[in-house]
Amino acid sequence: MPKSQVSLTVNGETVEALVEPRTLLIHFLREQLNLTGPHIGCETSHCGACTVDLDGKSVKSCTMFAVQANGADVRTIEGMAAADGTLHALQEGFREMHGLQCGFCTPGMIMRAYRLLQENGSPTEEEIRFGIAGNLCRCTGYQNIVKAIQYAAAKLGGVPLREAAE
Amino acid sequence: MIPGSFAYHRPASVKEAVALLAELGEEGRALAGGHSLIPMMKLRLASPAHLVDLGGVAELKGIRSDGGDIVIGAMTTQHELVGSELLGAKLPILRETALVIADPQVRYVGTLGGNVANGDPGNDMPAVMMCLGAAYHVTGKAGERRIAARDFYQGAYFTALEPGEILTAIRIPLPAAGHGFAYEKLKRKIGDYATAAAAVVLTMSGGRVATCAIGLTNVAETPLWAEEAGRILAGSALDAATVKKAVAAAEAITSPASDTRGPAHYRTKMAGVMLTRALARAKERARA
Repeated sequence: MPKSQVSLTVNGETVEALVEPRTLLIHFLREQLNLTGPHIGCETSHCGACTVDLDGKSVKSCTMFAVQANGADVRTIEGMAAADGTLHALQEGFREMHGLQCGFCTPGMIMRAYRLLQENGSPTEEEIRFGIAGNLCRCTGYQNIVKAIQYAAAKLGGVPLREAAE
Repeated sequence: MIPGSFAYHRPASVKEAVALLAELGEEGRALAGGHSLIPMMKLRLASPAHLVDLGGVAELKGIRSDGGDIVIGAMTTQHELVGSELLGAKLPILRETALVIADPQVRYVGTLGGNVANGDPGNDMPAVMMCLGAAYHVTGKAGERRIAARDFYQGAYFTALEPGEILTAIRIPLPAAGHGFAYEKLKRKIGDYATAAAAVVLTMSGGRVATCAIGLTNVAETPLWAEEAGRILAGSALDAATVKKAVAAAEAITSPASDTRGPAHYRTKMAGVMLTRALARAKERARA
Protein backbone atom coordinates (compact mmCIF):
# COMPACT_ATOMS: atom_id res chain seq x y z
CA MET A 1 0.00 0.00 0.00
CA PRO A 2 1.49 3.40 -0.91
CA LYS A 3 2.56 5.51 2.02
CA SER A 4 1.03 8.88 2.77
CA GLN A 5 2.97 12.03 3.46
CA VAL A 6 2.00 13.69 6.75
CA SER A 7 3.06 16.98 8.22
CA LEU A 8 2.13 17.85 11.78
CA THR A 9 3.38 19.67 14.84
CA VAL A 10 4.45 17.48 17.76
CA ASN A 11 5.45 19.17 21.02
CA GLY A 12 6.07 22.41 19.13
CA GLU A 13 8.23 20.93 16.41
CA THR A 14 7.25 20.35 12.79
CA VAL A 15 7.39 16.72 11.80
CA GLU A 16 7.29 15.45 8.21
CA ALA A 17 7.00 11.73 7.69
CA LEU A 18 5.76 8.95 5.47
CA VAL A 19 3.23 6.63 7.08
CA GLU A 20 1.24 3.63 6.01
CA PRO A 21 -2.46 4.60 6.16
CA ARG A 22 -3.11 1.80 8.66
CA THR A 23 -0.49 3.05 11.11
CA LEU A 24 -2.21 4.12 14.30
CA LEU A 25 -1.20 7.45 15.80
CA ILE A 26 0.14 5.71 18.93
CA HIS A 27 2.47 3.53 16.84
CA PHE A 28 3.60 6.54 14.82
CA LEU A 29 4.44 8.48 17.98
CA ARG A 30 6.18 5.61 19.72
CA GLU A 31 7.93 3.84 16.88
CA GLN A 32 8.62 6.54 14.28
CA LEU A 33 9.14 9.52 16.59
CA ASN A 34 10.48 7.58 19.58
CA LEU A 35 8.01 9.31 21.89
CA THR A 36 7.38 6.43 24.27
CA GLY A 37 5.55 8.51 26.88
CA PRO A 38 2.12 7.72 25.46
CA HIS A 39 1.52 4.10 26.45
CA ILE A 40 -0.28 1.21 24.81
CA GLY A 41 -2.54 -0.28 27.45
CA CYS A 42 -5.76 -1.97 26.42
CA GLU A 43 -5.67 -1.13 22.69
CA THR A 44 -9.48 -1.12 22.76
CA SER A 45 -10.20 2.58 23.50
CA HIS A 46 -10.98 1.93 27.16
CA CYS A 47 -7.94 2.62 29.32
CA GLY A 48 -6.74 6.05 28.18
CA ALA A 49 -3.00 5.30 28.64
CA CYS A 50 -2.43 6.44 25.03
CA THR A 51 -4.15 9.83 25.53
CA VAL A 52 -2.49 12.77 23.80
CA ASP A 53 -3.64 16.34 23.19
CA LEU A 54 -4.56 17.00 19.55
CA ASP A 55 -5.89 20.38 18.34
CA GLY A 56 -7.31 21.18 21.75
CA LYS A 57 -8.92 17.80 22.33
CA SER A 58 -7.88 14.80 24.40
CA VAL A 59 -7.78 11.82 22.08
CA LYS A 60 -7.00 8.14 22.44
CA SER A 61 -4.13 7.77 19.99
CA CYS A 62 -4.77 4.02 19.67
CA THR A 63 -8.09 4.79 17.99
CA MET A 64 -6.91 7.20 15.34
CA PHE A 65 -4.77 6.74 12.25
CA ALA A 66 -1.65 8.86 11.93
CA VAL A 67 -2.90 10.10 8.54
CA GLN A 68 -5.92 11.60 10.29
CA ALA A 69 -3.52 13.74 12.32
CA ASN A 70 -2.09 15.34 9.19
CA GLY A 71 -1.87 19.09 9.84
CA ALA A 72 -2.67 18.70 13.54
CA ASP A 73 -0.97 20.16 16.59
CA VAL A 74 -0.13 17.27 18.93
CA ARG A 75 1.22 17.38 22.47
CA THR A 76 2.46 14.38 24.44
CA ILE A 77 3.79 14.04 27.98
CA GLU A 78 7.28 14.73 26.57
CA GLY A 79 6.10 18.25 25.74
CA MET A 80 4.88 19.13 29.23
CA ALA A 81 8.00 20.09 31.18
CA ALA A 82 9.76 23.39 30.39
CA ALA A 83 12.93 23.34 28.26
CA ASP A 84 15.05 23.73 31.42
CA GLY A 85 13.45 20.65 32.95
CA THR A 86 11.07 22.47 35.29
CA LEU A 87 8.07 20.23 35.71
CA HIS A 88 4.61 21.30 34.62
CA ALA A 89 2.26 21.94 37.57
CA LEU A 90 0.48 18.65 36.81
CA GLN A 91 3.72 16.67 36.84
CA GLU A 92 4.67 18.35 40.10
CA GLY A 93 1.20 17.60 41.47
CA PHE A 94 1.46 13.89 40.66
CA ARG A 95 4.85 13.80 42.44
CA GLU A 96 3.79 15.81 45.48
CA MET A 97 0.45 14.08 45.95
CA HIS A 98 1.67 10.55 45.18
CA GLY A 99 -0.63 10.45 42.17
CA LEU A 100 1.09 7.36 40.79
CA GLN A 101 2.38 4.01 41.87
CA CYS A 102 3.43 1.95 38.85
CA GLY A 103 3.17 5.01 36.60
CA PHE A 104 1.76 3.27 33.56
CA CYS A 105 -1.41 5.37 33.38
CA THR A 106 0.32 8.63 34.34
CA PRO A 107 1.19 10.08 30.90
CA GLY A 108 -2.41 9.58 29.78
CA MET A 109 -3.78 10.93 33.06
CA ILE A 110 -1.65 14.05 32.86
CA MET A 111 -2.48 14.76 29.22
CA ARG A 112 -6.20 14.32 29.93
CA ALA A 113 -5.96 16.49 33.07
CA TYR A 114 -4.11 19.12 31.05
CA ARG A 115 -7.05 19.56 28.66
CA LEU A 116 -9.55 19.36 31.53
CA LEU A 117 -7.81 22.27 33.28
CA GLN A 118 -7.65 24.24 30.02
CA GLU A 119 -11.42 23.99 29.80
CA ASN A 120 -12.17 24.40 33.51
CA GLY A 121 -9.44 26.00 35.63
CA SER A 122 -11.04 25.22 38.99
CA PRO A 123 -12.94 21.95 38.70
CA THR A 124 -14.77 20.40 41.64
CA GLU A 125 -13.77 16.92 42.78
CA GLU A 126 -16.81 15.54 40.96
CA GLU A 127 -15.87 17.36 37.75
CA ILE A 128 -12.33 15.97 37.97
CA ARG A 129 -13.62 12.42 38.45
CA PHE A 130 -16.05 12.78 35.51
CA GLY A 131 -13.33 14.44 33.44
CA ILE A 132 -10.86 11.57 33.89
CA ALA A 133 -13.47 8.83 33.52
CA GLY A 134 -11.81 7.68 30.30
CA ASN A 135 -8.52 6.92 32.06
CA LEU A 136 -8.07 3.78 34.11
CA CYS A 137 -5.62 3.37 37.00
CA ARG A 138 -5.21 -0.05 38.59
CA CYS A 139 -2.96 1.05 41.49
CA THR A 140 -3.99 4.21 43.26
CA GLY A 141 -7.74 4.01 43.73
CA TYR A 142 -7.79 7.50 42.17
CA GLN A 143 -7.79 9.44 45.47
CA ASN A 144 -4.32 10.87 44.99
CA ILE A 145 -4.78 11.36 41.25
CA VAL A 146 -7.71 13.64 42.04
CA LYS A 147 -5.54 15.43 44.61
CA ALA A 148 -2.69 15.78 42.12
CA ILE A 149 -5.04 17.49 39.68
CA GLN A 150 -6.42 19.69 42.46
CA TYR A 151 -2.81 20.57 43.36
CA ALA A 152 -2.08 21.61 39.78
CA ALA A 153 -5.34 23.58 39.46
CA ALA A 154 -4.53 25.41 42.70
CA LYS A 155 -0.94 26.11 41.68
CA LEU A 156 -1.94 27.35 38.23
CA GLY A 157 -4.65 29.45 39.90
CA GLY A 158 -2.09 31.02 42.26
CA VAL A 159 -3.55 29.59 45.49
CA PRO A 160 -1.48 26.60 46.64
CA LEU A 161 -3.40 23.52 47.85
CA ARG A 162 -3.18 22.96 51.59
CA GLU A 163 -4.34 19.35 51.65
CA ALA A 164 -1.96 16.43 51.98
CA ALA A 165 -1.88 13.21 49.99
CA GLU A 166 -3.82 10.24 51.37
CA MET B 1 -3.65 -5.02 17.07
CA ILE B 2 -2.89 -3.76 13.60
CA PRO B 3 -5.67 -3.19 11.07
CA GLY B 4 -5.44 -4.62 7.57
CA SER B 5 -3.99 -2.47 4.80
CA PHE B 6 -6.18 0.06 3.09
CA ALA B 7 -5.91 3.09 0.82
CA TYR B 8 -6.82 6.39 2.44
CA HIS B 9 -8.96 9.07 0.80
CA ARG B 10 -9.81 12.47 2.23
CA PRO B 11 -12.43 14.22 0.08
CA ALA B 12 -13.21 17.90 0.67
CA SER B 13 -16.90 17.82 -0.22
CA VAL B 14 -19.94 15.54 0.03
CA LYS B 15 -20.06 15.43 -3.76
CA GLU B 16 -16.50 14.18 -3.94
CA ALA B 17 -17.08 11.67 -1.13
CA VAL B 18 -20.20 10.25 -2.76
CA ALA B 19 -18.43 9.94 -6.14
CA LEU B 20 -15.55 8.11 -4.46
CA LEU B 21 -17.84 5.71 -2.60
CA ALA B 22 -19.81 5.00 -5.78
CA GLU B 23 -16.61 4.23 -7.66
CA LEU B 24 -15.19 2.04 -4.86
CA GLY B 25 -18.38 0.05 -4.34
CA GLU B 26 -18.14 -2.62 -1.66
CA GLU B 27 -14.40 -2.01 -1.26
CA GLY B 28 -14.97 1.44 0.24
CA ARG B 29 -16.15 2.51 3.66
CA ALA B 30 -16.86 6.00 5.01
CA LEU B 31 -14.91 6.96 8.14
CA ALA B 32 -16.51 9.44 10.55
CA GLY B 33 -15.09 9.68 14.10
CA GLY B 34 -13.85 6.12 13.77
CA HIS B 35 -14.62 5.06 17.32
CA SER B 36 -16.71 2.11 16.15
CA LEU B 37 -15.00 1.37 12.83
CA ILE B 38 -11.33 1.59 13.90
CA PRO B 39 -11.75 -0.87 16.82
CA MET B 40 -13.53 -3.23 14.39
CA MET B 41 -10.64 -2.85 11.93
CA LYS B 42 -8.10 -3.54 14.68
CA LEU B 43 -9.94 -6.77 15.49
CA ARG B 44 -10.09 -7.50 11.73
CA LEU B 45 -13.85 -7.73 11.97
CA ALA B 46 -13.81 -5.06 9.27
CA SER B 47 -11.12 -4.80 6.58
CA PRO B 48 -12.18 -2.24 4.00
CA ALA B 49 -9.73 -1.86 1.11
CA HIS B 50 -10.46 1.87 0.95
CA LEU B 51 -11.32 4.33 3.70
CA VAL B 52 -13.06 7.56 2.77
CA ASP B 53 -12.37 9.93 5.68
CA LEU B 54 -15.17 12.50 6.04
CA GLY B 55 -13.07 14.55 8.51
CA GLY B 56 -12.14 17.10 5.85
CA VAL B 57 -15.70 17.81 4.68
CA ALA B 58 -16.55 21.15 6.28
CA GLU B 59 -20.20 21.11 5.15
CA LEU B 60 -20.85 18.08 7.39
CA LYS B 61 -20.18 20.11 10.55
CA GLY B 62 -22.34 22.40 12.61
CA ILE B 63 -25.65 22.88 14.38
CA ARG B 64 -28.27 25.29 13.02
CA SER B 65 -31.92 26.27 13.32
CA ASP B 66 -34.01 25.83 10.16
CA GLY B 67 -37.58 27.01 10.69
CA GLY B 68 -39.05 24.77 13.37
CA ASP B 69 -36.25 22.22 13.03
CA ILE B 70 -32.72 21.84 14.29
CA VAL B 71 -30.31 20.50 11.69
CA ILE B 72 -27.08 18.92 12.89
CA GLY B 73 -24.24 18.03 10.52
CA ALA B 74 -23.30 14.36 10.66
CA MET B 75 -19.65 15.06 11.61
CA THR B 76 -20.63 17.11 14.67
CA THR B 77 -18.99 15.46 17.68
CA GLN B 78 -20.66 14.42 20.92
CA HIS B 79 -18.43 16.99 22.65
CA GLU B 80 -19.84 19.71 20.39
CA LEU B 81 -23.40 18.59 21.19
CA VAL B 82 -22.62 18.89 24.91
CA GLY B 83 -21.20 22.39 24.46
CA SER B 84 -23.92 23.78 22.15
CA GLU B 85 -25.92 26.66 23.67
CA LEU B 86 -28.59 26.29 21.01
CA LEU B 87 -29.17 22.63 21.90
CA GLY B 88 -28.93 23.40 25.63
CA ALA B 89 -31.81 25.84 25.23
CA LYS B 90 -33.98 24.01 22.67
CA LEU B 91 -33.12 20.29 22.79
CA PRO B 92 -31.50 19.53 26.15
CA ILE B 93 -32.14 15.78 25.80
CA LEU B 94 -29.23 15.64 23.33
CA ARG B 95 -26.81 17.03 25.91
CA GLU B 96 -28.12 14.63 28.55
CA THR B 97 -27.68 11.70 26.17
CA ALA B 98 -24.27 12.72 24.83
CA LEU B 99 -22.94 12.94 28.39
CA VAL B 100 -23.69 9.27 29.08
CA ILE B 101 -21.95 8.11 25.88
CA ALA B 102 -18.48 6.65 26.38
CA ASP B 103 -15.92 8.96 28.03
CA PRO B 104 -14.46 12.45 27.42
CA GLN B 105 -11.82 11.35 24.89
CA VAL B 106 -14.33 9.38 22.83
CA ARG B 107 -16.84 12.26 22.93
CA TYR B 108 -14.23 14.66 21.49
CA VAL B 109 -13.94 12.48 18.38
CA GLY B 110 -17.09 10.36 18.10
CA THR B 111 -19.77 11.91 15.91
CA LEU B 112 -23.55 12.09 15.97
CA GLY B 113 -23.71 10.89 12.36
CA GLY B 114 -21.55 7.87 13.08
CA ASN B 115 -23.57 7.05 16.18
CA VAL B 116 -26.90 7.02 14.32
CA ALA B 117 -25.69 5.58 10.98
CA ASN B 118 -23.69 2.63 12.27
CA GLY B 119 -26.73 0.56 13.23
CA ASP B 120 -25.21 -0.73 16.47
CA PRO B 121 -28.17 -1.39 18.81
CA GLY B 122 -25.93 -0.35 21.71
CA ASN B 123 -25.59 3.22 20.44
CA ASP B 124 -27.61 5.74 22.44
CA MET B 125 -28.63 8.40 19.93
CA PRO B 126 -30.79 6.25 17.61
CA ALA B 127 -33.54 5.67 20.22
CA VAL B 128 -33.45 9.38 21.10
CA MET B 129 -33.87 10.26 17.40
CA MET B 130 -36.80 7.84 17.10
CA CYS B 131 -38.30 9.42 20.18
CA LEU B 132 -37.89 12.91 18.72
CA GLY B 133 -39.24 11.94 15.28
CA ALA B 134 -35.98 12.97 13.59
CA ALA B 135 -35.17 12.45 9.91
CA TYR B 136 -31.79 11.62 8.39
CA HIS B 137 -30.54 13.41 5.29
CA VAL B 138 -28.85 10.89 3.06
CA THR B 139 -26.88 11.64 -0.10
CA GLY B 140 -25.93 9.15 -2.78
CA LYS B 141 -24.98 9.30 -6.41
CA ALA B 142 -28.66 9.60 -7.34
CA GLY B 143 -29.14 12.66 -5.10
CA GLU B 144 -30.51 13.41 -1.65
CA ARG B 145 -33.35 11.72 0.20
CA ARG B 146 -34.67 11.82 3.77
CA ILE B 147 -35.36 8.77 5.87
CA ALA B 148 -37.33 8.92 9.13
CA ALA B 149 -35.29 7.62 12.07
CA ARG B 150 -38.32 5.45 12.90
CA ASP B 151 -37.94 3.68 9.51
CA PHE B 152 -34.13 3.57 9.40
CA TYR B 153 -33.16 0.60 11.56
CA GLN B 154 -33.70 -2.90 10.13
CA GLY B 155 -31.46 -5.15 12.21
CA ALA B 156 -28.16 -5.11 14.07
CA TYR B 157 -25.85 -3.12 11.75
CA PHE B 158 -28.51 -3.19 9.01
CA THR B 159 -30.08 0.15 8.11
CA ALA B 160 -31.96 1.77 5.24
CA LEU B 161 -28.66 3.31 4.06
CA GLU B 162 -27.84 1.97 0.59
CA PRO B 163 -24.24 1.17 -0.43
CA GLY B 164 -22.53 4.36 -1.58
CA GLU B 165 -24.83 6.63 0.44
CA ILE B 166 -23.65 8.98 3.18
CA LEU B 167 -25.77 10.21 6.06
CA THR B 168 -25.04 13.95 5.93
CA ALA B 169 -27.29 15.54 8.55
CA ILE B 170 -29.89 14.89 11.21
CA ARG B 171 -33.06 17.00 11.14
CA ILE B 172 -35.02 17.20 14.38
CA PRO B 173 -38.40 18.89 14.69
CA LEU B 174 -38.28 21.02 17.82
CA PRO B 175 -40.44 19.72 20.65
CA ALA B 176 -42.78 22.36 22.09
CA ALA B 177 -41.28 24.87 24.51
CA GLY B 178 -41.77 23.64 28.08
CA HIS B 179 -41.58 19.98 27.08
CA GLY B 180 -40.32 17.46 29.60
CA PHE B 181 -37.55 15.07 28.68
CA ALA B 182 -35.20 12.45 30.09
CA TYR B 183 -32.72 9.84 28.93
CA GLU B 184 -32.24 7.17 31.60
CA LYS B 185 -29.42 4.71 30.99
CA LEU B 186 -28.43 1.76 33.12
CA LYS B 187 -24.80 0.79 32.57
CA ARG B 188 -22.23 -1.11 34.55
CA LYS B 189 -19.57 1.57 34.32
CA ILE B 190 -18.67 4.72 32.41
CA GLY B 191 -17.91 3.82 28.81
CA ASP B 192 -20.26 0.85 28.77
CA TYR B 193 -23.17 0.31 26.43
CA ALA B 194 -26.59 0.32 28.06
CA THR B 195 -27.93 -2.74 29.87
CA ALA B 196 -31.14 -0.91 28.95
CA ALA B 197 -32.02 2.74 28.42
CA ALA B 198 -35.14 4.80 27.79
CA ALA B 199 -35.71 8.19 26.17
CA VAL B 200 -38.87 10.18 26.91
CA VAL B 201 -40.11 13.47 25.46
CA LEU B 202 -43.53 14.64 26.63
CA THR B 203 -45.70 17.73 26.86
CA MET B 204 -48.22 18.37 29.64
CA SER B 205 -51.41 20.38 29.53
CA GLY B 206 -53.52 21.03 32.63
CA GLY B 207 -51.76 18.29 34.59
CA ARG B 208 -52.32 15.70 31.84
CA VAL B 209 -50.03 14.30 29.17
CA ALA B 210 -50.69 16.00 25.84
CA THR B 211 -48.06 14.13 23.82
CA CYS B 212 -45.56 11.45 24.77
CA ALA B 213 -42.87 9.73 22.70
CA ILE B 214 -40.63 6.93 23.96
CA GLY B 215 -37.48 5.31 22.60
CA LEU B 216 -35.61 2.29 24.00
CA THR B 217 -31.89 1.48 23.61
CA ASN B 218 -30.13 -1.90 23.43
CA VAL B 219 -33.04 -4.17 24.24
CA ALA B 220 -33.55 -5.55 20.72
CA GLU B 221 -31.65 -5.95 17.44
CA THR B 222 -32.58 -2.33 16.71
CA PRO B 223 -33.44 0.71 18.76
CA LEU B 224 -37.17 0.75 19.49
CA TRP B 225 -39.92 3.32 19.20
CA ALA B 226 -42.45 2.37 21.90
CA GLU B 227 -45.46 3.78 20.08
CA GLU B 228 -48.14 1.88 21.97
CA ALA B 229 -46.70 2.82 25.38
CA GLY B 230 -46.77 6.49 24.39
CA ARG B 231 -50.38 6.19 23.25
CA ILE B 232 -51.42 4.64 26.56
CA LEU B 233 -49.93 7.58 28.47
CA ALA B 234 -51.51 10.32 26.34
CA GLY B 235 -54.37 11.98 28.22
CA SER B 236 -53.33 10.48 31.57
CA ALA B 237 -51.99 12.30 34.61
CA LEU B 238 -49.11 9.80 34.69
CA ASP B 239 -50.82 8.00 37.57
CA ALA B 240 -49.20 4.81 38.80
CA ALA B 241 -51.71 2.45 37.19
CA THR B 242 -51.40 3.99 33.71
CA VAL B 243 -47.60 4.14 33.95
CA LYS B 244 -47.59 0.46 34.86
CA LYS B 245 -49.72 -0.36 31.82
CA ALA B 246 -47.46 1.67 29.53
CA VAL B 247 -44.33 0.08 30.96
CA ALA B 248 -45.81 -3.35 30.33
CA ALA B 249 -46.51 -2.35 26.71
CA ALA B 250 -42.92 -1.12 26.32
CA GLU B 251 -41.47 -4.27 27.88
CA ALA B 252 -43.59 -6.37 25.52
CA ILE B 253 -41.78 -5.09 22.40
CA THR B 254 -38.26 -5.79 23.73
CA SER B 255 -36.25 -8.86 22.78
CA PRO B 256 -32.79 -8.34 24.27
CA ALA B 257 -29.95 -10.82 24.06
CA SER B 258 -28.71 -12.54 27.18
CA ASP B 259 -25.12 -11.39 27.51
CA THR B 260 -22.55 -10.16 30.01
CA ARG B 261 -24.94 -7.31 30.88
CA GLY B 262 -27.49 -9.82 32.16
CA PRO B 263 -30.09 -12.36 31.10
CA ALA B 264 -32.79 -11.27 28.66
CA HIS B 265 -35.64 -11.09 31.19
CA TYR B 266 -33.54 -8.89 33.49
CA ARG B 267 -32.72 -6.48 30.66
CA THR B 268 -36.38 -6.29 29.68
CA LYS B 269 -37.30 -5.45 33.29
CA MET B 270 -34.53 -2.85 33.39
CA ALA B 271 -35.96 -1.24 30.25
CA GLY B 272 -39.20 -0.92 32.22
CA VAL B 273 -37.41 0.56 35.23
CA MET B 274 -35.53 3.05 33.04
CA LEU B 275 -38.80 4.05 31.37
CA THR B 276 -40.53 4.54 34.75
CA ARG B 277 -37.68 6.77 35.92
CA ALA B 278 -37.52 8.70 32.65
CA LEU B 279 -41.28 9.37 32.77
CA ALA B 280 -41.04 10.69 36.33
CA ARG B 281 -38.13 12.96 35.50
CA ALA B 282 -39.68 14.20 32.26
CA LYS B 283 -42.90 15.04 34.13
CA GLU B 284 -40.93 16.96 36.76
CA ARG B 285 -39.22 18.99 34.04
CA ALA B 286 -42.32 19.72 31.97
CA ARG B 287 -44.01 23.09 32.33
CA ALA B 288 -47.81 23.60 32.14
